[in-house]
Amino acid sequence: MSALDDKTMGELREIAGRYPEKRSGLLPMLHLVQSAQGKVTPEAIEACAEILEISAAEVSGVATFYTMYKRHGVGDFHVGVCTNTLCAVMGGDQIFERLKQHLEIGNDEVADKRQGDQYSVSLEHVECNAACDYAPVVMVNWEFMDNQTPEGAVQMVESLRAGHDVRSTRGPKLCTWREAERVLAGFPDGRVDEGPSAGPASLAGLEIARERGWTAPHVPAPGAIAPTPSKESAVAEADTSRAESETIDESSSADESAAEKREAQ
Amino acid sequence: MTDTLTPVLTDMWDVERSWTLAAYESKGGYQALDKAFGMSQDDVIAAVKDSGLRGRGGAGFPTGMKWSFIPQDNPKPKYLVVNADESEPGTCKDIPLMMGNPHVLVEGVIISSYAIRANKAFIYIRGEVLHVIRRVQAAVAEAYAAGHLGKDIHGSGYDLDVVVHAGAGAYICGEETALLEGLEGRRGQPRLRPPFPAVAGLYASPTVINNVESIASVPSIVANGAQWFASMGTEKSKGYGIFSLSGHVTKPGQYEAPLGITLRELLDLAGGIRGGRELKFWTPGGSSTPLLTADHLDIPLDFEGVGAAGSMLGTRALQIFDDTVCVVRAVLRWTEFYKHESCGKCTPCREGTWWLVQTLARLEKGQGTEADLDTLLDQCDNILGRSFCALGDGATSPISSSIQYFRDEYLAHLTHGGCPFDAARSTAWAGQEVTA
Repeated sequence: MSALDDKTMGELREIAGRYPEKRSGLLPMLHLVQSAQGKVTPEAIEACAEILEISAAEVSGVATFYTMYKRHGVGDFHVGVCTNTLCAVMGGDQIFERLKQHLEIGNDEVADKRQGDQYSVSLEHVECNAACDYAPVVMVNWEFMDNQTPEGAVQMVESLRAGHDVRSTRGPKLCTWREAERVLAGFPDGRVDEGPSAGPASLAGLEIARERGWTAPHVPAPGAIAPTPSKESAVAEADTSRAESETIDESSSADESAAEKREAQ
Repeated sequence: MTDTLTPVLTDMWDVERSWTLAAYESKGGYQALDKAFGMSQDDVIAAVKDSGLRGRGGAGFPTGMKWSFIPQDNPKPKYLVVNADESEPGTCKDIPLMMGNPHVLVEGVIISSYAIRANKAFIYIRGEVLHVIRRVQAAVAEAYAAGHLGKDIHGSGYDLDVVVHAGAGAYICGEETALLEGLEGRRGQPRLRPPFPAVAGLYASPTVINNVESIASVPSIVANGAQWFASMGTEKSKGYGIFSLSGHVTKPGQYEAPLGITLRELLDLAGGIRGGRELKFWTPGGSSTPLLTADHLDIPLDFEGVGAAGSMLGTRALQIFDDTVCVVRAVLRWTEFYKHESCGKCTPCREGTWWLVQTLARLEKGQGTEADLDTLLDQCDNILGRSFCALGDGATSPISSSIQYFRDEYLAHLTHGGCPFDAARSTAWAGQEVTA
């Protein structure tokens, strides 16, 4: 693997420059080196370390923590089948089995490029990708392929290998994995206006509201306003069983501790 | 009387090119910003407090109060960080929100940053949602070009810069201190608290971290008033929220409603359980919230109602499973997820989730004994409240709740010598074979 070219080195420095402290750039920088080289190489780790003035071991520690960073190459199209509970139950397990069988590979492997194939395909099972209302879901280069079936998924990978255009069900024409990684590094590719505003399931409630004339309340005239909650009531309301034990702490912001722990989990 | 569904954040989603600045402004977008700039920062915080808005990322902590914890006498820069790492199994509201209406998030970021006196904000989006990231990147760029971001916004004298930051695959980064580690270019492992992020967060500076939906709710509160927001919802759970129905319902999808709606009402709207089957179990707010059953169809889906039923409102991620589904299979898969996503920092979670998988996998194959159920509960007891962050706690929720409600089904695996269910009957396409 050759060293990173000057353009990439310049862009890595540009990413680091977006942040008050340059080390914050490391995650997008690793996306960029994957775009440039197809994986995180030892040379790229050294380059990031040099720019951020940290050790290669520190960069390596980060690169091995996050699942999107690959130390071995993936296909031009990286197919991720959701096998978390809901998608698995809805058929994700069957889709994953079918693709493994069809591509003759296991999890996190690249299928052999056959004679005549334009592109290569790799396969991985992924965790919940926040599209449960479209289950079972398959991601290709981190674009949504909603409501899949085993047969449909096989046809899709064959179209990708053959070099046919394949569109995300809620997004643009699929780009290659390396092109996708460049967008994740913060360099837009101009495809933002492709695809719909929302898929059909996203609109399920809105369509009913439109049919029945349901809306949020109209803005009321100024009047009585609900009392400001106290810190004590906030603790009582915080939705977590850890609240009580953790708020024994006397510090002013201890009140939020338990709630914060739940935030976004 | 408030309508059953109250589209506010989802209201833009059926608009042509809804993600663009032009579409958002045609619907009154960025007008709340001028109203906010006409108020003092403290008055904006007071309005959000008075609205009763509570964090939409699962915890339900009052948003305005969180903002008021920022010590304004601290000379360090203040930061706003938006948690857009939506990864909790079942949760799928922030992703369509950012895809369909990214500008409401950007406007919310500006108003919220103004209120806490931050001049730099970060939107941390999980990396696995490429098109969503494109939409938010473009919205931020459009907002800069229109003068909604940058120096002296709308002539207010207020400056704000926003950075869109893509994560790289780690459920744990939804935990806010782990998210800060990721944003600082480190392994996403949670931090010991105190100090809390409000005092020492990003770069050890005062930091507010809020969920996407929380921040996106702010423009509507500023524009329409705290009372308007508080007129929806229940006594202690004010306002609207997006309810995400997935799984074995006829019409899965996003339903934006006042807090306090019931699953029965939502299922009525969504056409009921698919194929006339029976509801077996469901999660009210993602896999980390204890399972509920058909006995809980009428509990109000607000923080208090779901809490009283022994679970948590969480992220209103309603994963619906019908009577074809084996609860042991479902719970084992979630447990494997927690084991995979455990960051490894603390022993109860790192080792405990591994042992949970071993025990559950054996049971699922029908190879264990009834005593394994007690072992599982004992393992849960050694994780819950003893791990470093809520990931470990969450890992125990599906196990303890499923044993509570479906103990007999675990035992059936032992008498049957394996799973008595046919997984093929649960798939999305299973209904097509007809006859029972």
